[in-house]
Amino acid sequence: MTDSPIKTSEQIAALKDLLTPIADREPGPVLLCLQAVQGHYGYVPEGAVAVVAEVCNVTRADVHGVFSYYSDLKKSPPPAISVRLCAAEACQAVGGRGLAAAWSEACAADPKLAAATGTDEPVFCLGNCALGPAALVNDQLIGRANVATLKSAVEAAQNVTEATR
Amino acid sequence: MTVWFVPRDAAALSVGADAVATALEARGEHVVRTGSRGLLWLEPLVECADSRDGKRVGWGNVQVCDLEADGLSDTAENFLGVVEELDYLACQNRWIYERVGIIDPVDADDYLAHGGMVGLQRALELSPATVVQAVTESGLRGRGGAGFPTGIKWQTVAQQVPVPHKGDPIDAPCHKYICVNADEGDSGTFADRMLMEGDPFCLLEGMAIAAHAVGADRGMIYLRSEYPAAIAVMNEAIAKARDRGWLGRGILGSACDFDVSVRVGAGSYVCGEETAMLESLEGRRGTVRAKPPLPAIEGLFGTPTVINNVLTIASVPSILARGAEAYAALGQERSRGTQVFQLAGNIARGGIVEVAFGISAHELIFDLGQGTKSGRPLKAVQVGGPLGAYLPADKLQVPMAYETLAAQGAMLGHGGLVVFDDSVDMAEQARFAMEFCVEESCGKCTPCRIGAVRGVEVIDNLLASDAPENTEQLLRDLCDVMTQGSLCAMGGLTPQPVLSALDQFPEDFKRVAARVDAATQGAVHE
Ligand SMILES: Cc1cc2nc3c(=O)[nH]c(=O)nc-3n(C[C@H](O)[C@H](O)[C@H](O)COP(=O)(O)O)c2cc1C
Ligand code: SF4
Ligand code: FES
Repeated sequence: MTDSPIKTSEQIAALKDLLTPIADREPGPVLLCLQAVQGHYGYVPEGAVAVVAEVCNVTRADVHGVFSYYSDLKKSPPPAISVRLCAAEACQAVGGRGLAAAWSEACAADPKLAAATGTDEPVFCLGNCALGPAALVNDQLIGRANVATLKSAVEAAQNVTEATR
Repeated sequence: MTVWFVPRDAAALSVGADAVATALEARGEHVVRTGSRGLLWLEPLVECADSRDGKRVGWGNVQVCDLEADGLSDTAENFLGVVEELDYLACQNRWIYERVGIIDPVDADDYLAHGGMVGLQRALELSPATVVQAVTESGLRGRGGAGFPTGIKWQTVAQQVPVPHKGDPIDAPCHKYICVNADEGDSGTFADRMLMEGDPFCLLEGMAIAAHAVGADRGMIYLRSEYPAAIAVMNEAIAKARDRGWLGRGILGSACDFDVSVRVGAGSYVCGEETAMLESLEGRRGTVRAKPPLPAIEGLFGTPTVINNVLTIASVPSILARGAEAYAALGQERSRGTQVFQLAGNIARGGIVEVAFGISAHELIFDLGQGTKSGRPLKAVQVGGPLGAYLPADKLQVPMAYETLAAQGAMLGHGGLVVFDDSVDMAEQARFAMEFCVEESCGKCTPCRIGAVRGVEVIDNLLASDAPENTEQLLRDLCDVMTQGSLCAMGGLTPQPVLSALDQFPEDFKRVAARVDAATQGAVHE
């Protein structure tokens, strides 16, 4: 279990400040609020569902239903660098399955790489189907990906993360 | 001064376009960022305007090291000559994509200078009913997959009165919505993305025309989260369009009020299905709604709603500007106008091809695409996304149009063609189709939710079985149940790739059985 950043009354109040304008402005705000929570914390921490429910004036069960439906919404903090390989057909046609296997091998062989990138679920199509295999490293789309290009994209992303720190 | 054009399209960025642009700028060059021409195997494709005739010449696969020494010259190996005269582009008939790759996508003046806003201006001079009629006469059908006639959809919404959001008091403001489906979940398709990244104002102009035609005051673009670059470009374009008075109160000085916002998806394929999209836009689980009510009558928040694909809406400005008759003159039977084909997968020259309906898959793949990228023989082509059929190499003469594909048990879908060479195992592809359905089913109906899980098991059994005939019949029966009994096309069409693989490539389903045979025979011999 991760230590939730939404426990004290100050933390809850801060989250409400983030969400109330969305709930006031937008019709049907539950998904938007959950996305805002994830945008802020990187995931949807324990306790957030109750706050979203209160702000949107719906039941916790409703919010939980939405939260659990969408694969983008995460229960636990993401890895420092997210690496998502395309698992869909156009990338399969150019060795996507092989790349996925080679990438897990590379991560298994390099604990640092594995720790930085975690085990992200595959994604079905990144809209780069003429230049596959495709991958998304944080927000950077990679075309004609192989283990070497993925590794250098991870490095570049690490540099960006460090520079913004 | 020379102006350089370097794409900012995500596909071009995925193979290093940013580094090239930065390097050019570092050398003091003037760089304009554009969308992509859609000749994706040549990305990064860098262009500059020829000083003699102003025509743009280009270089393919440009890397930063190409800029060193005397830079890009017309003797360089990767020099392409005049870009629009390249065979891949010269044979196209671009309506939707007329500006993509040419203009700076977020420069409103560039948009105007290249024929932008002519369609909306013309539409605002016409009565709403006349605009709907023009769209009907153009023969435009939905490009999202189902191919429903757009004019009829708009007519239905136009006939409704705006109403308050469901649950709001009756004296609350009344609305109608234009919802653009930019969920583009189909693998092998990227034309929505490239249009949004390459010419976002075109989509906004099309939405504004739709708003005028049906009397809508609000627009939403449901854009998938996997497209961060497109989300950023669309938001920037919306802000600029508001500044210009192209959106907001009294667009272009007319009486029409219309504003647009982007809503980002959350990683669910089935949210591309229109009623699941409405659920998601309303903030709920993206499960499919039973129809009726039609979204045109009771759509987003209970109001009359137009739901169209990006390419459908982006077709409208040029139809208004160049005339419905000219559009309808293209194509065949009830497939009129142009279709944006997307060549993907194992193909030498992948990219965007916008041409009139009726071109054959063979021409697209071999004349334009020049066959497989690997150089190995082509084995199969999946047409129309993950729910589309696999066509074998000898069935590619089929003209690409709604009717002709349907006659082959296939469908156009969103216009993607995914090419596979002979290394593909079609049993594995069939299994993947079922797995994908397991992963993405919304869970509302049993044939899809349970059927897909059983489908994976049955295919596994089939492959491991030494009496495959019985198991094959089981798989066919299951597909029949899914086809007949599913609420939407997710469960209803998943059998299409499965059965086409089974029918066209039966040997791939017997490979394991054959191997088992060989192994047991080997054991006996020992
Ligand atoms: C499972 C499923 C996924 C779909 N995904 C999309 C999509 O990503 N984009 C899209 O425009 N239409 C998609 N559709 C089709 C929509 O339901 C709808 O027909 C379309 O958006 C209507 O717009 P059009 O008439 O302009 O094509 C999908 C349908 C199904 C059943
Ligand atoms: S067919 Fe599948 S996706 Fe469609 S409604 Fe049924 S369960 Fe949902
Ligand atoms: S199938 Fe991999 S990017 Fe589209």
